[in-house]
Parts: sequence; C-alpha cells; structure tokens
Amino acid sequence: MRQALEGSQAIARAVALCRPDVVSAYPITPQTHIVENIAKLVADGELKCEYVSVESEHSAASVALGAAAAGARAYTASASQGILLMCEVLYDIAGLRIPMVLTCANRAVSAPLSIWNDHQDSMAVRDAGWIQIHCADNQEAVDTTIQAFRIAQDTDLPVMVCVDGFTLTHTLEPIELPTQQQVDDFLPPFVFARALDPRKPLSIGTMATPDWFTEARHSHHGAVLAAAEVIAAADADWQRITGRCGGGLLAVDGPDDARIGVVCMGSITGTLQDARAASPELPAARIIRLRSYRPFPAQALREACAGLDQVVVLERALAPGGVGIVGAEVRAALYGTPDAPRVQSVAAGLGGRDMPLTTYARLIALAQAEATTDFAILDVELDKLPEADRYAAAAMAGGQA
Amino acid sequence: MIEVRVHGRGGQGNVVAAYLLATAAIEHGWHALAFPAFGAERRGAPVAAFVRMAEQSFRRRDQIAHPDFLIVQDDALLHVPGILAGLKPGGGILINSRREASTLDLPLDGDVRVQSLPANELAMEHLGRPLPNAPLLAAFLLLSGALPVDALKQAYSGRFHGGTLDANLKLIDAAAQYVRAGAWQEGADAASA
Amino acid sequence: MSTITNAGAPTRADGTISLTELREQQPRFQGFVGGHRACVGCGQALAARLVTEAAGPDVAVANATGCLEVFSTAWPDSAWRVPWLHSLFENAGAIASGMEAAYKARGVSAKVLAFAGDGGTFDIGFQSLSGMIERNHNVLYVCYDNEAYMNTGIQRSSSTPHAAATTTSPAGRERLGKRHMKKDILQIVAAHHMPYAATASVAYPSDLRKKVRRAMEIEGTTFLLVHSPCPLGWRHDGAKSVEVARLAVTTGLVPIIELERGSLTGSMPIREPRPVVDYLRAQGRFEHLFVDTPAAREELEHIQALANYNMERYQLRGSGHDARDTAGADTVRRGGVRWA
Repeated sequence: MRQALEGSQAIARAVALCRPDVVSAYPITPQTHIVENIAKLVADGELKCEYVSVESEHSAASVALGAAAAGARAYTASASQGILLMCEVLYDIAGLRIPMVLTCANRAVSAPLSIWNDHQDSMAVRDAGWIQIHCADNQEAVDTTIQAFRIAQDTDLPVMVCVDGFTLTHTLEPIELPTQQQVDDFLPPFVFARALDPRKPLSIGTMATPDWFTEARHSHHGAVLAAAEVIAAADADWQRITGRCGGGLLAVDGPDDARIGVVCMGSITGTLQDARAASPELPAARIIRLRSYRPFPAQALREACAGLDQVVVLERALAPGGVGIVGAEVRAALYGTPDAPRVQSVAAGLGGRDMPLTTYARLIALAQAEATTDFAILDVELDKLPEADRYAAAAMAGGQA
Repeated sequence: MIEVRVHGRGGQGNVVAAYLLATAAIEHGWHALAFPAFGAERRGAPVAAFVRMAEQSFRRRDQIAHPDFLIVQDDALLHVPGILAGLKPGGGILINSRREASTLDLPLDGDVRVQSLPANELAMEHLGRPLPNAPLLAAFLLLSGALPVDALKQAYSGRFHGGTLDANLKLIDAAAQYVRAGAWQEGADAASA
Repeated sequence: MSTITNAGAPTRADGTISLTELREQQPRFQGFVGGHRACVGCGQALAARLVTEAAGPDVAVANATGCLEVFSTAWPDSAWRVPWLHSLFENAGAIASGMEAAYKARGVSAKVLAFAGDGGTFDIGFQSLSGMIERNHNVLYVCYDNEAYMNTGIQRSSSTPHAAATTTSPAGRERLGKRHMKKDILQIVAAHHMPYAATASVAYPSDLRKKVRRAMEIEGTTFLLVHSPCPLGWRHDGAKSVEVARLAVTTGLVPIIELERGSLTGSMPIREPRPVVDYLRAQGRFEHLFVDTPAAREELEHIQALANYNMERYQLRGSGHDARDTAGADTVRRGGVRWA
C-alpha cells in the first residue's frame, strides 16, 4: 500500500517486517528516529523482539554481534561518531563472519561538529569487511533493508544499508510497504550454522597466528566479492515478488550514446536526474549510481562506462591529502580498459551542504574542461576563507592541467 | 510543482505541518516530499520545513531556495532575518496572527499576497492547545487551491485519532470562514509562468 | 611432571597415577580442559576450570580479550567444551547481553557467562559491564582478577594494588610502585542494585564453586570477582600460586564477601589473621618495600592499615572454629582428593 511515511519510520517498519529477534539501540542524529520507531512498534506489541537499549554504539554493535552469534536475527542502526565508535566492533563482526544488518544514516564526522549528511562515516569503515549498499530514495531504503537480511544470511556477512541522513531519514515521501506475506516469501527464517549452542559447543573468535591469519582474510575477501551475485539475486527475487528493484549492483540511467558519465552514490542521484531533464541545453550524461559499494562492482562499472569519453565521480566524503575515495576506485577499475574514459573526481555536499540542480551543470563543465581535475571540492566558497587557505584550484586538482 | 516553506518555532509542530501537507498531496495521488531544514532543533528556536509537491513524479531532493508560498506559524517570526528570503514573485504568505495582514508591516516588494489567520485562537477554542497547524493548512489549501481540503482531512485521519482528530477536523472546517477560497489563484498562473 | 602419587587413585606399575586419567574418571563436567598454553601456576586457568565445572554444560561463554582467550584458543585448537565466543577487549558485557537477548528471544535455556580480566572489567570494559548490569541481563560475569594487564606484559590497571610494581608503575628512587589505590569494583558493581555480587579466590575452590552455583540459580545479572594469582606478574614461584592467594585472603587484603542488592550478606571469617608482610614478601612485585627506608616502612604500615580496615568493615575476624572460615574452607575435600 502506498503511504506517506518518513524515511526513518519506513525503515523501522521494514525491519519489523523482517521479524528480528534482537534489536540494539543507541541514539544519534540523524539515526534516532529509526530506533525510536522500532521501540514504539515493540511497545505497541506490533513487533515481538528483544529490544536492548545500550549505553554506547560500541555496545550496540556488540550486542548485535553476540545476539547473531547466539542464533538471533539481529539489527542495529547508527551514524557518524556512532559508526566510528563502533569501528573495531564492525571489523570484528565482519571478521567473525557474523550475519547481521545495520542501517547507517550517513552523516559527516567531527570536527567541526556537523550533524548533517555526507558519506564520511560509512567510508571510514569501508575496509571493515561489511557489505555496503547505498540507497537512492526511501522506497529503496525499505526494499534494501529487507534484502539485506537475506543477503546477510546467504553470505555469512554483515550488511550495512547506507541511507543519507536527513535527506532520506527525515524526509516524508510516498512509500510502498510490502506485505508481511511478501517479506515472508522472500526472507526465510534466520538460520546461522555456527550459532553458539550448548548442545554443539563451538569456539568462535579464536586467536589466529601468522600461520592462519592470511587464510582467514583470503576467505573473507573472497566472500565479500562473491556476495555480488547474492546482492544481484536478492534484488532480482525482490523484483519478482514486488515488481520493484534497486538496480542490483549499480543502477545506470541515461542515453546509450552518452559521452559523459557521472558516477555517484545515494540520494543525490535523483537531483542529478531531474537536473539533467531540466537542462536540455546540456549534454545528457549517463548517471551511474553505485548501489553496492562493497563489494565494489568493478566489472559492472566497466560495462556501464562503455562508450564514455568522460567520467566525473561525485564524492560525498573526503580523504584529506589524497585523491577522491570513490574516484580512485573508479579510475582503478577502468584503468587499462580499451578506450578508457578520462576520470575526474570531485567532492560535494560535505556536512550537509545543499546540492542544487546546478550541480549537474558544474559536473558537465568539468567533463568538458580541457584541464584534468584528479580531485577537488566542487562547492567550496573560497571567499569565506582567509587568504592563506584559498589554495589554488589547480594545486588542489592534482596538477595535470 | 508547488514548493512551500513552513516557518515556526521548535515544539510548535513545524515538521508535522510540512508532513501533513505532503501527506495530503500523497493522499491526493500526487508525488510529494516534506523535510525539515535540517538542524538541531530546540524548543522555541526558529525552525523551518519544506514541502515540494507535484502531480507528476519527481526525484530531486535539493532544498527549496525559492518557495511559491510561505506558511508562518508565529507572527513574531516575521522579523527574523531571512524569513521571507527567496519567495517567488506572485507568491503568497500565510501568517498565524490575530492582526490584519495589512498591519503586519512586512518588508515586501513586488507582487506578494499576504493573508493572516488567528489560528492559535481557533485552536485554543477547539483543541484547548495553541497548535495552529490544522487551520493554517486548511486556509493555505483554500487560498492556493493547491489541493482539495478533503485530502488534508485524510492526512489528519492517518495521523490522529479520537478526540484530537475530531477537533482538528472541526478546525479545518472553521478555517474556511476566515479566508476566501481561490483568493491566491487569481493571476497566479501568469505570475508563476 | 604430569603425574603424582595418591593413595586410593588408580595406580600404574611404577606406583604413579596419571592426572589426566584421574580427571577423566571424575564424573564432574569440565567446560575448560587441559592442553592450553597457560603459564605454570596460572591462577586464571585454575579459576576458569573451577567456574566452568561448577556452572555445568548449559552455558555459553563470552570471553574478553586477555590471557585466558589467548592461551586457550589458538586456531585450530580450543580448550573449551562449552560454546565460547571471543569478540574484543572491552565489550564482554555487551556481547554477553546480546547472547542472552538472543537466547531469550529464541527460547533457548542456557545461562550466559562473561569472562574477563581486571583490565577488561575495572578499566576498558567497565562501561559495557555497567550497561549489562543496569539492564539486568541474565548473565554471570566473572572477573579473573590478577591485578594488572598481564597479557601485554604486566602493566598497571585500576585493579593493581597500591605499591605494587608493574612495568608502568615501576619502583625507583622516586616511586614505590603504583601510587593509586585498587579500585573497589565490587562495591561499584553492587551499587547497581544487582542481586548478587561476590568475591572468591582460587585458594578456596569449594567456596568458589558454591558461589558459582548460587549465581547460576539467580535470574538476572550476577558478578563474581575471583582473585587469581599470576606468577609471572606477581613474581612468585608457579608452585606457590594457591599459597600466595590464600595469604591474600588471610591477611585481610582480599576480603571474601557476598553482597546482595548492595548489602553485605556473607563473609569468610579469617581464623588466624596473618600480617600483610607475609603476603607481600612472597611476591617480587612488592620487593622494593623490603628495604630499610622511612618511605618503605610507611608504605608497609599503610598496607597493613588497609588490611585492618577490611577486617573491620567486613567483620572478617573469625571467632573460633568454623567450617566456613579460612581454615575450615581450606580443608574441605572432594572424594579425598586434596586438589579439588
């Protein structure tokens, strides 16, 4: 049924439809509404689960870890500093190959303190070994949350569902919530073969000497790569049941004969799409949205970039002193392919800065520029800064001009 | 596409007003988004929320820089800097105030329609609490003709129950006596074209 | 040596018996078995064996990072016969909470045990422990207290007693070991209004077992602080661990007590109190106190005063013969086997 729901509320309902056994919760803006809504569903008797209000994000992740290890379908949510406080637990969850789901309501990381949206938090734990899936809108947030539970248990990997803080979590929009029957058809009951069971004692989390560590990492890396097929299959199955799909590993939208490609993640996609439609005077770019960021869909990206001369990557996080985070990966994926497009990368919308429709024109201008920008911040307003901090755009760009 | 910015104070139901308006649009079969001007909201602080709605589907999520309409939940906010910023020529401002619109002394230039409504007093009468959303939103829909008022009633029915719902529905009807339906539609097409 | 002689036990031709065989003959459940890599005389290994024996098979363990985790499980080996999960250093309380919540949600009847050292309990893991107790998860949390970060090579923790030398509180010309007092974790934990919090010592196995069984029967969070000598860190002979642990109790420095909902409900009386120097002299970590300087003398007096304070506060002074006092508890035997 199509209904008007706030993103957080819709995500909470999606979690409830997945019949979690244990939900651990700790507040942080802009994630708080999700766990509040779940708490209300529990209080109203609409969701039967153990709801554990913990004393930190570190414990929120740990409770979910312990619960999943003990055979429970486990869920938690966080953002920003919370994700960073969880960081070592997130690595541990992934290394132990614990299937669970976490919603990251993407938000900037301090300092300076910012409660607003960018992708710095989930990027900071990019290498923790989780599957990371980014959502374009709240419908996809709902659908992906449900898919995530199946992906987790099919891969023995944790899944982080990334939704843009405020831009999605605090936005009310029309959403089609699936029925309980649809979710039950899609998502089998949770089974974890290595669950801690007194009738079948296992030791989980043992020490690995140098004789074994590499092999454990190899298995983990392989499992994350192999998850690509599971992610695509889950999305396809979901489409069979509901008629909706998120695009599998990545969503490609735009003309086949486009020469310019824009690579992005998350909710900026819709703004770029509407801007393209509203700007017939500009070249129509192929908009390539990475839905699965981990595993990184290198092969699908290469296929999506076929025929392009120019690729501009729109980053929502920053690696100070480095080149663009996603840009470097896109460049690496395309390196050596025949007629590889030029890849430039820019960050924008950091710490919640609004990205208006004109963002699209600026990306097109970049693609059409002769000089190559390895990396720069697109929407910095230099006049706000002291003279000393007005680093020349060319110096920031990587110097290939 | 209709873009509305709602100004209020933390605790006044500013975001709820935007959510209700967008919900009414969605109930009416439109596509709509409502979102707060994201911030750390504290009771009493000036806050704002946005509604973007259209008969056709849209995907953009940028903030609303040039609203067609403003809904101001508290006339004391009128002198907060920037509160009228970006309003489109030909736009309309609906203000919760006991005072006549003409006496509010707004620093406006150009073709902007201003309407006041004693929404707090209406709400006190029907709800017993100064929650001005229902009469304001009803008056806004009547003035602008953006959506049928029934859609707003549907939105309220989905969010409230029992006595609160009944009182709000009465408030929606009561607001009709204070505004002239379609008042802002006259000449608006030319202005927004 | 893996064998000892013992009358009444199955003997070999050479008159010795196999300890391993003997243990296997015992009908007692063992959750934690030999073959691990603990040091000779490790108090924590002994304590873990006693706790898991008493707790029985219907348990699952959340184990904080530390010696116990490292010496008991180097992949692909494990000394655990109960489900066991190690996550991190500071989250045993939260991991145990999650396991318990899962069992509750799934209708599995198993008690969750959380094991951690003093670093993982008094210091880095204190927050998650406090959260677990506040939420009253049905978990028995056991802190194996060896009074320093032993796994990383003997650094001071907030459990390290006053004046003990560690690598980060060394004794020198200006300092006499740790300058700060040992944190009174039991009272802090008990202040959560928890049903049961108690201390125990590896020197008194029957008392320890009794307390584990008591805690197992309680629905809710229970806490057991087990004083566990570390021959490496305390610098005593590994063969003397139990003796040193016993002296810690009989000097009054480690009171063996029980607190229920924050109130004192039990204590092990000391039949023949010993001066603290007997305990301190047995360990190299206090050797800098045994020099003839005013500062050292003052320090010894101070430590004796701490013991005296405990004696008064917890009414530890025994009054005659009592099967439950330090001498009585010490002679409790199981099946005539002294090491039980």
